[in-house]
Amino acid sequence: MRRTRRAKGPADLRRSFVTPEGVDLRLELGGRGARAGAFVIDVLAIVAVLIVMSVTVGLLALAARSELLAIIWLLGFFLLRNGWFVLWETGPRGATPGKRLMGLRVVARDGARLTGGAVVARNAMREIELFLPLSFLAGQAAQGTAGWFLTLFALSWSGIFLFFPLFNRDRLRVGDLVAGTWVVRAAPRALGADLAASDRRRGRTFSDAALELYGVYELQTLEDVLRDGQNEAVATVAATIRRKAGLPDDGDDYGFLQDYYNALCARLESGLLVGRRRADKYAGT
Amino acid sequence: MNAPAFPSGALVNASRFRAAHGPAWDQLERLVGLMERRSVRALSDDDLLKLPLLYRATLSSLSVARETSLDRALVGYLEQLSMRAYFQLYGPPATGWAQLRGFFAREWPAAVRALWRETLAALVLTLLAALVGYLLVRDDPAWFYRVIPQELANGRDPTASAVALRRTLYDSGDGALATFAAYLFTHNAQVAIGCFALGFAFAAPTALLLLYNGLMLGAFFAVFAPKGLAPNLLAWLTIHGTTEIFAIVIAGAAGFRIGTAVAFPGRASRMDAAVAAGRLAATAMIGVVLMLAVAGLLEGIGRQTVTSDGARLLIGGTTLAGWLLYFYRPGRDASHPPR
Repeated sequence: MRRTRRAKGPADLRRSFVTPEGVDLRLELGGRGARAGAFVIDVLAIVAVLIVMSVTVGLLALAARSELLAIIWLLGFFLLRNGWFVLWETGPRGATPGKRLMGLRVVARDGARLTGGAVVARNAMREIELFLPLSFLAGQAAQGTAGWFLTLFALSWSGIFLFFPLFNRDRLRVGDLVAGTWVVRAAPRALGADLAASDRRRGRTFSDAALELYGVYELQTLEDVLRDGQNEAVATVAATIRRKAGLPDDGDDYGFLQDYYNALCARLESGLLVGRRRADKYAGT
Repeated sequence: MNAPAFPSGALVNASRFRAAHGPAWDQLERLVGLMERRSVRALSDDDLLKLPLLYRATLSSLSVARETSLDRALVGYLEQLSMRAYFQLYGPPATGWAQLRGFFAREWPAAVRALWRETLAALVLTLLAALVGYLLVRDDPAWFYRVIPQELANGRDPTASAVALRRTLYDSGDGALATFAAYLFTHNAQVAIGCFALGFAFAAPTALLLLYNGLMLGAFFAVFAPKGLAPNLLAWLTIHGTTEIFAIVIAGAAGFRIGTAVAFPGRASRMDAAVAAGRLAATAMIGVVLMLAVAGLLEGIGRQTVTSDGARLLIGGTTLAGWLLYFYRPGRDASHPPR
């Protein structure tokens, strides 16, 4: 019954994820844009660390010519390139700084804990997703236009791996596929204020006819409008409701909508308690 | 939990619900935030005891809210809080030390052992390619220049004299040994990781990389052998090569496992087969990187300081025996199947 509304959204990103306690958490997959953004942030961070490291090592090398510095740089570079993602993702948040900023985390698809093997697998695969196309591009630049057909073939072949997340329902990278992981939205969010708090009510009352206009979908849209608090939206919605319900304009749009929200919410929730869920305004009462 | 009295006259279920359970959610959020920022050790004993109770209370709040409340902000909040709590309670693995112990004692050898068929195939492929490379260059030295890149040959080509070749085997370089070792390690490890990742493309590129590696090996032997330096080259190669080539062979085997699992999943679904193969192979790959670090040390430092053939063979043979014993020692329990 709960699912009636979901089919109308854009692509459905919710995935069933049942905890051992038997509650479905309905994880939401990370969007492609968010994931690309997270990756760009991580790459920038890696480059920044690399630059800082190189400058530090360079300055130290000017002061004291030591073999140790070259080793530190070589190992540091290797660790940055291969270890950045792995080390962050094995941490308690399961996310690199970029993913954290975009509100994402890595999760094992089967709900088990994220093992080191899985994290290494998903990140080692980046070699063919990213560095393979890059090295083909570099190779082409080095050799000029010689063998353009081969280059084209190589690029489209490696492009399959690069654009893999665009071709499947679950937004899996090749690495995710092999490691059995996926990336979900995990941004902490604060509990929004209680719209129906009793001290905010002004005491308008509504007739049954006025409250029968809408269902759950409209109620939750109204909730979004109230939480956003944008004046034009509030005015438009208030005017529409007044027109439909045939109520006079009393000049206080926001207060009117809040009272209407409370009354409608109370009415629909009492319906829920006896098993009537009115999905939207088209559903019968 | 002390449930405060319902706010008088709250019409809406969600308001009463928030008032009754809000404190528990706040508490859980604080604990989860603490675990995310630091670790579970940041919690006091009291908090630890309370954690599962708060978690279950919140999950149950979520179930109730979904069925009785139309406050979307409330349901969304409870969903993300439950999810964060779930991953803190069930997600993070054991402590770092326990993980390391498990890896060295069990997971690494088990993963390598599980790859034995692929390892054998990769080894045979490398040896065959080495034989082909040897025969090719012996019959027509021109092949050498096609197989080995100029900068890698570094003067060691078919036109070099026996004296010059001998010098490349026993000269101890220009002193920057440790740097050289670090460079070799990072380079080889990167190639090995690439070899593993390429396995996903149905293992074909991995096989090509292994073949090429073998060809180069054979070509070098074809240069040194006619000058009577084959045993010396073997000793030069053995000291680090037993570890390095073994590691590369395992990396190839890991790639094969992924490629074959994707191509021929058997009874499992293609996805499941890929996941099982991926995790197993990745565990072996962590080991490969460690092996290459050892090989880098042996090559960069050991080979340059140890210049007697006997000692080189001894060191190389001992490390090989060590690896074989570690991975395939009979009597290792079969009760921990890898994966």
